[in-house]
Parts: sequence; structure tokens; C-alpha cells
Amino acid sequence: MTTETNAVEKLPAAAGRRSEGGKSARTTHGGTERGVLNVFSHGMLIVWALMVGMPLLWVLWSSFKSSGDILSTPWSLPDRLHFENWSNAWEKANIGKMFLNTLIVVGGSVTGTMVLGSMAGYVLARFTFPGNRVLYYLFVAGMSFPVFMLVIPLFFVMRDFPGIPLLATYQGLIAVYIAYSLPFTVFFMTSFFRTLPTSVAEAAMIDGASHARTFFQVMLPMAKPGLISIGIFNFLGQWNQYLLPMVLNQDEDKYVLTQGLANIALQQGYEGDWGGLMAGMMIAMLPVLLVYFIFQRQVQAGLTAGALK
Amino acid sequence: MQHGKYRFIVGFLALPLLIYAIFVISPFVQAFQISTTEWSGLRGAAKNIGLGNYDKLLHSDEFWNALRHNIVMLVLVPIATLALGLFFAFMLNVGGRARRGALITGVRGASFYKFVYFFPQVISITIISVIWFNIYNPDPHDGMLNSLLGAVGLDSLQSSWLGARSIALACIMVVMVWANVGFYVVLFSAAMASIPREIYEASLLDGANRLHTFFRITLPLLWDTVQTGWVYMGIIAMDAFALVQIMSVNMGGPDGATDVVPLRLYQTAFRDSQFGYAAAMGVAMLVVTLLFAVLTMRFARRERIEF
Repeated sequence: MTTETNAVEKLPAAAGRRSEGGKSARTTHGGTERGVLNVFSHGMLIVWALMVGMPLLWVLWSSFKSSGDILSTPWSLPDRLHFENWSNAWEKANIGKMFLNTLIVVGGSVTGTMVLGSMAGYVLARFTFPGNRVLYYLFVAGMSFPVFMLVIPLFFVMRDFPGIPLLATYQGLIAVYIAYSLPFTVFFMTSFFRTLPTSVAEAAMIDGASHARTFFQVMLPMAKPGLISIGIFNFLGQWNQYLLPMVLNQDEDKYVLTQGLANIALQQGYEGDWGGLMAGMMIAMLPVLLVYFIFQRQVQAGLTAGALK
Repeated sequence: MQHGKYRFIVGFLALPLLIYAIFVISPFVQAFQISTTEWSGLRGAAKNIGLGNYDKLLHSDEFWNALRHNIVMLVLVPIATLALGLFFAFMLNVGGRARRGALITGVRGASFYKFVYFFPQVISITIISVIWFNIYNPDPHDGMLNSLLGAVGLDSLQSSWLGARSIALACIMVVMVWANVGFYVVLFSAAMASIPREIYEASLLDGANRLHTFFRITLPLLWDTVQTGWVYMGIIAMDAFALVQIMSVNMGGPDGATDVVPLRLYQTAFRDSQFGYAAAMGVAMLVVTLLFAVLTMRFARRERIEF
């Protein structure tokens, strides 16, 4: 954004004209008004930044405070660094186990979503065949179904699934995460593959590459920017998924972080191991923060991509 | 060649389509069917009662209470979120003082502000709920908000927040706005960046102040994005499940003051095992969501401006 504004360093003549003669009355009026507005608007910007930033920093510093201090003096800094919160959270509160569960599920589901989503998107974008439009709209329609309406039948689909246990299992959760990420992923990848030039794929085909080989070795590498955006989108969405595990993953051994933390929070009310909970929340946030710090631009672009289309 | 093409198409589509059909499409269809039954979840024990659940729903005070809260959210939360989002985005992109010869500039540190504002978007709703649970702690000394108000001498504003019937719902809505403004700041910033600077400069030279610039130029040119954003935000407002479940007194309390349809649905299904009735609530949610989207598209439609 800043580069954008700096790039527009033209019209110096216009700027000069503005401050001299002729329209001076209006200009001075505009000037003071701008000044007041600037103070006001800048103030608002800072206030909002504090309102958003402080609670998040508060989690960080509270994770080093004793539970009693977190409650009785919420704004104070830690008296000393209570590192035991972190180890308590990891071991006693089972955050370590939940972290591993989340890692397995999200690892599997993000990979699966990306592979299946880009395969479907590629075929729907690049091949004409009867039913192409129908399938595309079938996928896209999924974006408008309220998940709450689907979870009840879904619960029984999973419970009664022949052969493979799906409720409260890794494979069940992975399959469901993939299924619920497909609508947006297919929508996004289809429009992305449409923007790529056809000539490269044609050249590969003429050189004798099969359809599958063309896809994996030529088209996928070309689609990398799109894959990164949608990959981050899916990672964040699935890491933070709350409702689906609440309903479909009710075995404490298989808890993922979001539901596990909610469970701890719901049980303890205003007493209990708040230090451990804060440390647990930090642990749950770390991978996401890491991704956000490194890929800030892509994260912002990826999460808003759907609405800009 | 043709043969290879179709084998490839089938091979690539089969698995995604299968997973999608089993876990999304089939539940969608079954939801309607289950909603016409009385069912405790036992295999083969569903009793068909036609539209009985819908009839029950229409006469349930609990349901209307919850739905009314969702509709209040549906109206107020998008207005507040989008207004703040537009305001901040405008300030970040156009609000800076003229410097280095450029008339139209963003404020300094715009990307830093966006980085901070967007933060709640990447963390889970559970964590947001726990944070705000502590902010709203009703104790006048322990509560984050209450102790802050006390420290600056505004003791009279101290409140039991989520424990107070009259403002509990508003407290939940504040969290939704807080969590989502950043998304719209980033979204609108991207849209504003694509508006040619010359338009702003021309209007400034003609003596327009920033209020004029905003309402006569920025807003009309962003209307499409605002409309999409409105639908997005409405869908979020129809949810509110995790916030209410984790933060509110007695799940939806005090005294039903923060109850929402998703929480009603969840409790009816997974606590009371009335799956038919809960499925009917799900269908009602679909209807409300679609109605909202259609109405928004219908009434917000303006002539599209090309630039």
C-alpha cells in the first residue's frame, strides 16, 4: 500500500497551485479542517490498534503470570516469568496431545484439499464435457449451505458409515475437513486455472506428455501463487475449525486444540488454571502466528480473495 | 486422444466428487428428510410427522427469541463492521496529509495498522471468546474492562456486562465487530487501491473536502465490494455460536438474553436428542440466510460504475 501511494508523486504543479492565491479562503478553511480531521482520524486509528492489539498481547503476558494474578490484577505484568504454565498446559492440560492431533488432522486435510481441489478445479476450468457447468455449480453451491444445517445429518452419515469408523477418528475428520473446504477451493482454483495461458500446456501435450503429467509437471508449478493463497486460507480455516470437531470428534483422546481449549474454558469458569489456559492458547496460536508473520501479504490477500471476485 | 481425455476427466473428478457428495451433498438432502420426522437418533426409529416440527417451531417462544437475536445481529453487526471498516480503510488510503508533492496519500504506517487490525481473523474463535470472557469479567476490581474504567474514574460505567440482561447481547455483538473489522479494512483497502488517484485529485482541486470525497467518490465506486461484504458479514452474524456458547452466562443467558438459533439447534440435537426438530431449525436457518442474501442483492443493487 505504501509503495502504491509513494509511486504517485506526480502533480507537484497542482499541489503548488492549491496553496497560492485565488482560492485562498477555501484552501485555508480546508487546511484547518484537514488538520482537525487528521488528529481525530489518526487518534481513532491508534485507539483501534490498541483495542485489537492489547487483548492479544495480554494473552502473551498472562501466560507468564500465576492464575491468581491473572484474575486479581489483570493488567499487571508478571511478577516473575511463570514458565511452569507452559509445561503444565503441555502435559497436565493435554495441550501437547491436542497439538499433535490438530497437526495430524490439519496436515492431512490441507494436503488432501489442495490436491483434490486443484485436480477438480483444473478439469472444470480446462476441459469441455457434458455436465461440466452442472458439476461446477454443484461445488460452488456448497459455499452457501449453513454448516449448522448439515451437521445433524452429517453426524449420522459418519456414525453409520459402512466399514470404516469415522466419528472421532483422524480419517473421519480429515475427510470432512476436505469436503467442507472443497467448494471454495474448487471455485478459487477453477478461476485461477482459467487465467493461466493455454499455450504452455499445449506445447507439453505436443511433446507427448500425458494429461496427468501435464497437470502435475506443468500446470501445478504455474499455479503456485494461487496454491499458496488458497493453501494458507485452508490451513487457517481448518486449524481454527470449531463446530465440526465439536460435533464429530467427541472423544477426549482425539480432541483438537480449538475444542480442547473451549472445553477447558467452559469447565473452569472464573476459577481454575488460568495461567495454564493462557499458555495453552499461546501454544495453539503459535503456528498461526508464524504463518501470519511470514506470509502477512498472502494471508490478507488469500482470506479476502473470495470477496473481491 | 478423446478416450484418454475422458479417462483423465473421470480420474481427476471421481475422488473429490465422491467425498463432496458423501459429506456435503447427502447431508444437505437428508436434512430436509430428517426435519419431517420425530427422531432420537436410533437407527430405523424415525417417525414421520410431516411438517409437525415446523409447526412446533413456529409456535416456540424459545426459537423466536433466538431468531430475533440473530436478526438483530444480522442488521446491526454488518452496519457497524462495514462502517468502521470503510472509515479505517479510507483513512489508511486517502487520509494522510499531503506530502512530498502527492496530494492523496495514506497515513504513515498504514501497513502496520492493517497488520494489527487483521489479527483477530487468523486466531480461532475459541481464543477470542476466552479473551473477551476475561475482558467482561463482572468483578469491579478483577474484570479487565471494569478495572480499567475504575482506574480512569468512570466507575459509574462499570457493569456486569454479560451478566446484565439488557446489554449482554450487545456485548456479544461488540466482539463480532471487533473480530471482523480488520477483514473489511484489508478488503476495502485493496478495492480502494484500484480507484484511480486522478479522480481523487480532481475532486480535491474542485474543493471537495474529505467527507464529500468519501460519499461522492469512494463509496459509489466501492459499492459492489460493500455489497459482497454485507452478505459475508450477515452469514457470520447468523452464526455467533462459539461466542455465545463459551462466553455467555449459562449458554445463552442470562435468562435467554443472548440465545441464538445455532446454539438452540446444537442443544436440541446433541443435548436433547431431538434430531428431527433440530433439523427443522437447520432448514429455517438456510431459509433466513438465503432470504437475507437475496434481499441484500435486490435492495443494494445500483448501477455499476466502470472505471
